[in-house]
Amino acid sequence: MTAAPFSWIQPHPWGVHIAPADCWIDPTREVDKALVTHGHADHARGGHGETVATPETLAIMELRYNTREGATPVQYGETIRLPGGVDATYIPAGHVLGSAQILLEHAGERVVITGDYKRRADPTCAPFEVTPCDIFITEATFGLPVFVHPPIADEMAKLLKALTDNPDQCVLVGAYALGKAQRVIAELRTAGHAQPIYLHGAMEKMCRLYQEHGVDLGELRLVADHAKDDMRGSIIIAPPSAMNTTWSRRLPNPITAMASGWMRVRGRARQRGVELPLIISDHADWNELTQTIDDVNPHETWITHGREEALLRWCELSQRRARALALIGREDEDD
Amino acid sequence: MKAFATLLDTLVYTTSRNRKLDLIAEYLRETGDPDRGWALAALTGELDFPAVKSSTVRNLMKDRVDPVLWTLSRDFVGDTAETVSLLWPEKDGDAPQNPPTLSETIELLTSLNRNTAPKQLPGLLDQLDANGRFALIKLATGGMRIGISARLAKTAFARAFDVSVEDVEEYWHALTPPYADLFAWAADGGDPPDVSGTPRFRPFMLAHPLEETKVDLAEYAAEWKWDGIRIQIVRVGGETRLYSRSGDDISATFPELLDVLPMDGALDGELLVRGTAQGGEAGGAASFNALQQRLGRKTVSKKMLTEAPAFVRLYDALIIKDEDLREQPWSVRRGALEALFKQLPSSHFDLSHLVEARDFEHLAEIRKGAREDAIEGLMLKRRDSPYIAGRKVGLWYKWKRDPLLIDCVLMYAQRGSGKRSSFYSDYTFGCWDGDPDDGAELLPVGKAYSGFTDAELKKLDKLVRQTTLNRFGPVREVERTLVFEVVFDSVHTSKRHKSGLAMRFPRIHRIRWDKPVHEGDQIEALRALIRD
Repeated sequence: MTAAPFSWIQPHPWGVHIAPADCWIDPTREVDKALVTHGHADHARGGHGETVATPETLAIMELRYNTREGATPVQYGETIRLPGGVDATYIPAGHVLGSAQILLEHAGERVVITGDYKRRADPTCAPFEVTPCDIFITEATFGLPVFVHPPIADEMAKLLKALTDNPDQCVLVGAYALGKAQRVIAELRTAGHAQPIYLHGAMEKMCRLYQEHGVDLGELRLVADHAKDDMRGSIIIAPPSAMNTTWSRRLPNPITAMASGWMRVRGRARQRGVELPLIISDHADWNELTQTIDDVNPHETWITHGREEALLRWCELSQRRARALALIGREDEDD
Repeated sequence: MKAFATLLDTLVYTTSRNRKLDLIAEYLRETGDPDRGWALAALTGELDFPAVKSSTVRNLMKDRVDPVLWTLSRDFVGDTAETVSLLWPEKDGDAPQNPPTLSETIELLTSLNRNTAPKQLPGLLDQLDANGRFALIKLATGGMRIGISARLAKTAFARAFDVSVEDVEEYWHALTPPYADLFAWAADGGDPPDVSGTPRFRPFMLAHPLEETKVDLAEYAAEWKWDGIRIQIVRVGGETRLYSRSGDDISATFPELLDVLPMDGALDGELLVRGTAQGGEAGGAASFNALQQRLGRKTVSKKMLTEAPAFVRLYDALIIKDEDLREQPWSVRRGALEALFKQLPSSHFDLSHLVEARDFEHLAEIRKGAREDAIEGLMLKRRDSPYIAGRKVGLWYKWKRDPLLIDCVLMYAQRGSGKRSSFYSDYTFGCWDGDPDDGAELLPVGKAYSGFTDAELKKLDKLVRQTTLNRFGPVREVERTLVFEVVFDSVHTSKRHKSGLAMRFPRIHRIRWDKPVHEGDQIEALRALIRD
C-alpha cells in the first residue's frame, strides 16, 4: 500500500515537518533536527539538536544565537540525504546572505520551500533560482497588489538627495540589522556614495560578518566613537527599534528615514514617525510573487505567511491550486 | 502637478508645524501663477468638484481590479485615494511623460460633469505617477486630510512673502481662487487687492487671561463674557455676511440676521439664541446647548427659526457706515456703538451691558456672584485701546469664572468599553507649547471621557473617524481641528506627561465646534493655574 501523495510533508503552526526523516523546516520551537532557510529570528533559533543550513546562515546563527553544536553546513546546489529516503537541496533564495530555498525530493515527489525570497538583484547575496516542483511553498509577506517595490536606484537617489539638501543634518536610516542594513550600505556604494557610513553598535558585528564573506561595504564607523559634529552630512544606519530612543539624541538633528517594503503605504510610515520613507524590501513584491508562481508553475502552491488571502485569490483567478498554511510567529514588521 | 504632488507627499510625512509652514511657503515662492494660487485654494479647502466623488473613483477601479483584491487592499491601506493611486494599472516602461500642470488639471476637473467624469479621469490618471495620482484624487474628491488647516495655509502664505497673516485674512473672503491679486500684492509688490466692495472679514481682537493681574477700573471697563459664539456681522453695499472667529463665512447658518443691519458697517458681538433658560435683566438667552443645535447647518428649517431665533449681543463697532473706528480708543467706539444701537431692531440685537463696580475687589465679588450659565466670566477692556487684530498684552483681559477652565485641542481618541466599545469616547487633548502661529506644537495635557451628551458623542465619534491621521491599536490620532473647553478641579506638576502637567478630574465642559485650534490655550496658561 502506498501513502497518499505528499503525506510525508506536514505543515504545523510551528514549522513544516518532514515525516520520514523526522526533521523540521524553520521550526519556531526546539527540535532534534532542523533545516533552516536563513538567519532571521522568525526562521532560525538556537537550541536544536542539529541544524542544517548554508555555511553563511550557520555563521549568522552562531553570531546571533550562539549556536555552535550540531551545525551541519550545506553548500548551494549540494544535496544531502536525510533518513527515510528524503533528499534535500539548498538553492539560493536572494533574500539575505546565505538564504536558501530547500528542495525536498521523496518517492518521486518534489517540494520547494522558499523561506523568504526576492527576485531583485542584491549585491550582498546570491540570486533566486527558479526550481521546478510539484508543491511550491511560498511566503507572502507583501502579498497585496498595492505592494510594488520601486527600483532601488530611485530610493537611493531619494536618500542621497536628502543628504545633500541638508548638509548640517544627518539622515538616520532604520534598517533591519541582518540583510537590509548591509544591502542599503552596498547599494549606497554602488550609487557612488564613498563617505564613511556610521553604524549603531548593534549593527557592527553583522556588517563585519558580511565583509568577511566578501561583501564590500566601504568604510564603516561606529556612532559611539564619534562626536556629534563629525556626523553632519552623513548617513547613520540603526535598527528600527533604536530610532526614537534616547540613543538618537547623540546624532546631529537627524532626518528619520526607514528602509522597508511597508513604506509603500503612507499610514505605515506615519505611524512610525518616518519623514523619509524608503521602499526597500528583501521580500518579493506582489509582481514578483505572482511571476514566481508562474515561472515555477507548480502543481499546487502553499502559502506560508503574510497576506495569504490575496495571493490565494490570485491563484484562484489564475486557476491554480493553492492553500494557506497557518504558520505562527512569522511576521516581520521591520522588513 | 508634479511639484504639488511632491508637496503633498512631503507634508504627509512632516509632523512639525513649523516645517509644514516652511514647506508650503517654499512651494508658494517657487511656483508661478496660477498654479500657486490653485495650490493655496486646495490647501485651504476652497475647491469643490461636485462631479467627482469618492465613489466615482472607486467605480473606476471596478473595471480594473478584482473586487476581492480591491477590498483586501483598501482594508490594508485604509484610504481610498491612496489605494487607487497604488493599484492604478501603469503602462509598462518609463514614468508617464508630460504630466499636466496643476492649472490644466483644475481646468479639466472644473469642466467635468457626472457623465463625463468617469470617461475623462482615466486619461488624467494615466498621465501621472503614484504620487501624482494620490494628489489628483485628493484634489478632485476634496478633503485633503493631511493635517493642514486653512489657517495654517494662510500663515504659510504670510510667511512666504513676509506679510501679516491678519492682512491675508482680511483680504481672503473678498478674493477667489487662484488669488491673482493676493499674489500680485504679497509676492510681486503690487497694490493691495481692492476689496472695498465686499463685506469682508476683519480679524478679531482677542484677550489674554487675567491670571494674577489686577487692573484699575479707571483705566479698564468691565463687561460680561457671554457664552455663545463670537461673531462679526459685516454689511457692504447692502450685502451682509456673518463670520466666525476663524473667519469662516457662516451667513447661511443664520439667515435671520442677513437683512437686519440698516447701514453698512462691521460689528463685533456674541451670537446667542433666544430662550427661557436664562432670564433676568441681562438675559433672554438660551443655554449654549440650544445654540449648538443651530451650528454647522447649511440649511435652516422654519421651525428652528421660530423656536431658536438668533440675535447678536453687541460688544464693539469696527466700522459704522464709511467710518473705520478701529484706530479709535475703545471709549469712543463704545459711545458710537451705544448711539448706533438705538437704531437697530431689538428683535435681532441687544447690547452687552457694562458691569459697574466701585473697584477691582467689588468687581471680583460681582464675578463670584454670577451664576448664570450664559456668563463665562468677565472681560476687561482698556478704555483707550484701539481695535487690534489678535492678542496684545495689556489691552483686553478675559477673567473666566471658577472652576478652572482651559481650551484644549483634541489630539487622540480611544475606543471606550462596554456600551461605548464601538465609539471613540476617550479623548486626549493638548495645549500649545508656545505661540501656535510661531511654530508651537501641541503637548498632551489630559484625557477625559465625560461631559457630553450621547448625541454629541455620536458627532465626536464621526469626527474622529473622518479626521484620523494614524491608528495605534485602539487609539486614533486625529487632525487638529477641534477645541474642547475642559473643566477640571486642579492641576499639578507631573513627570508622566511630556507637558509636565497633570489635571485632576478633567471633563469636557463644552465642545467648541466654532473655535479655531490656534486659539487653544498655551501650556503656560495651564501652568499658571497650579496651586501646589
